[in-house]
Amino acid sequence: MKEELFISGRHLEKIDPHLEIWEFPISLYLFLGGLAAGILIFSSIVVLLNKEDKFPSAARWTPILVPIAIVIGLLALIFDLSHKLYVWQLYTTIRIESPMSWGAWVLLIITPLSILWVFSYIRELFPRIDWKFSILYRFESFIKEHKKFLATLLIPLCIILGIYTGILLSAFNSRPLWNNAILGPLFLTSGLSTGAAAIILFSKSQYEKHLFSKIDILLIIIEIGLIIHMVMGYYAGSEAHINAISILMNGDFSFMFFVILMGLGLIVPLLLEVFELLGLKMSVILPALLVLIGGLVFRILMVEAGQLTRILY
Amino acid sequence: MRYVMVIDTLKCVGCSDCVVACQTENDVPFGYCRDWVTETVTGTYPHVEMELRSERCNHCENPPCVRTCPTGASHVAEGGIVVVTGNECIGCGACIESCPYDARYQHPEEGYVDKCTFCIHRVEKGLKPACVSVCPTRCMYFGDIHDPNSEVAKLLAERKYKVLAPEAGTKPRIYYLI
Ligand code: SF4
Ligand code: SF4
Repeated sequence: MKEELFISGRHLEKIDPHLEIWEFPISLYLFLGGLAAGILIFSSIVVLLNKEDKFPSAARWTPILVPIAIVIGLLALIFDLSHKLYVWQLYTTIRIESPMSWGAWVLLIITPLSILWVFSYIRELFPRIDWKFSILYRFESFIKEHKKFLATLLIPLCIILGIYTGILLSAFNSRPLWNNAILGPLFLTSGLSTGAAAIILFSKSQYEKHLFSKIDILLIIIEIGLIIHMVMGYYAGSEAHINAISILMNGDFSFMFFVILMGLGLIVPLLLEVFELLGLKMSVILPALLVLIGGLVFRILMVEAGQLTRILY
Repeated sequence: MRYVMVIDTLKCVGCSDCVVACQTENDVPFGYCRDWVTETVTGTYPHVEMELRSERCNHCENPPCVRTCPTGASHVAEGGIVVVTGNECIGCGACIESCPYDARYQHPEEGYVDKCTFCIHRVEKGLKPACVSVCPTRCMYFGDIHDPNSEVAKLLAERKYKVLAPEAGTKPRIYYLI
């Protein structure tokens, strides 16, 4: 039997008895980052394949969300900083070892690119927009001409962004629930899946909805597979890892994990999408909404639960 | 040069003088602390064993807090002392998350992240850290481990010791004599 107590009355607010430095804004930031990456990857692929007319939601409508999502995400991140006025210090150096640093730089590059992306076609959707200055019109046609180049640039950048949302957490070996190599690919998959769901939500074309439903089914299956893989990895790990995963399996977060994430966020939308493809009359909106909510819940779950886990000594 | 601290758990009586000395010396915000004392009791009555430990930042040789800091605010100073430059810190909390010993906190008024500095301002003047200098049982030792004639090097050569959570891979540099 081992008992441990602090006799000096240690009191570090937000650390004792439980670390709570990263709260909801960070979960939201990770979710929106993944969503933005997912949407832009699909949009770029559609453009590279010259299928813009067949997939109007993926190519044009949904990417409008991206700059908005990124800006809200960045504001959420800044909101969570405790020394906010110094946020510019992020851009005085690049530190490859620090995911927070290169993530901030990748976002700095993707944000203007995503705005350019939308800028290049927004007049096709809203013809009444008037740029006023001829230079802006010239700039618009310049971007249009180089759109494929932009797409080729965006795909790798967005893959990095999607993986970054996981690596930001997995880089900490002090929090065993975060410290696994699957989290990067897992959050990227989840980001792609929420991206596909958003495209379904904004699509009016039956053909497009169906194709993205199929893509989403595949992504959800991969995501479930990766989650099982992660859980199994924990059970094969050290005591700290086994303790960490038990918080999801039979601890404070198991309801959220099994019922909300696995059930409502993954399995139910998966079944609904499969039934729909089999010809049963179903709404495609509901599973898409569930996937989006599930994606956010997943980030909240990992951020909150991960901070409760630690290496015992 | 590599500063380390050696703490004799067999001499410590758990008076918490080190905690108070630090709070006074470093103007630690009210209700916070940079060092603390833990009491660990193991075994079943009547066969119990107790260990008292004065803990603080371990000034790790492989500090994850420095690695994950996006701005370089957390850095390794002269002698291996890990410190934070307040006006480079954005308060992102990455270093707090990355420390296996929970040795850091966000300063409640200033916003930047703060922790034990090994009293670098005293060490530069040739003094010992405040906690070491006030300990009534003299159970703490501070010095350069690379100097074979230093007190710390000699103690570590003679006595049995441990570090906390070596499996975290941070190479902590506070040694506990056991
Ligand atoms: S104990 Fe924590 S804060 Fe101190 S150097 Fe090690 S990881 Fe960094
Ligand atoms: S809170 Fe400050 S010291 Fe810690 S990682 Fe962020 S910028 Fe660096």
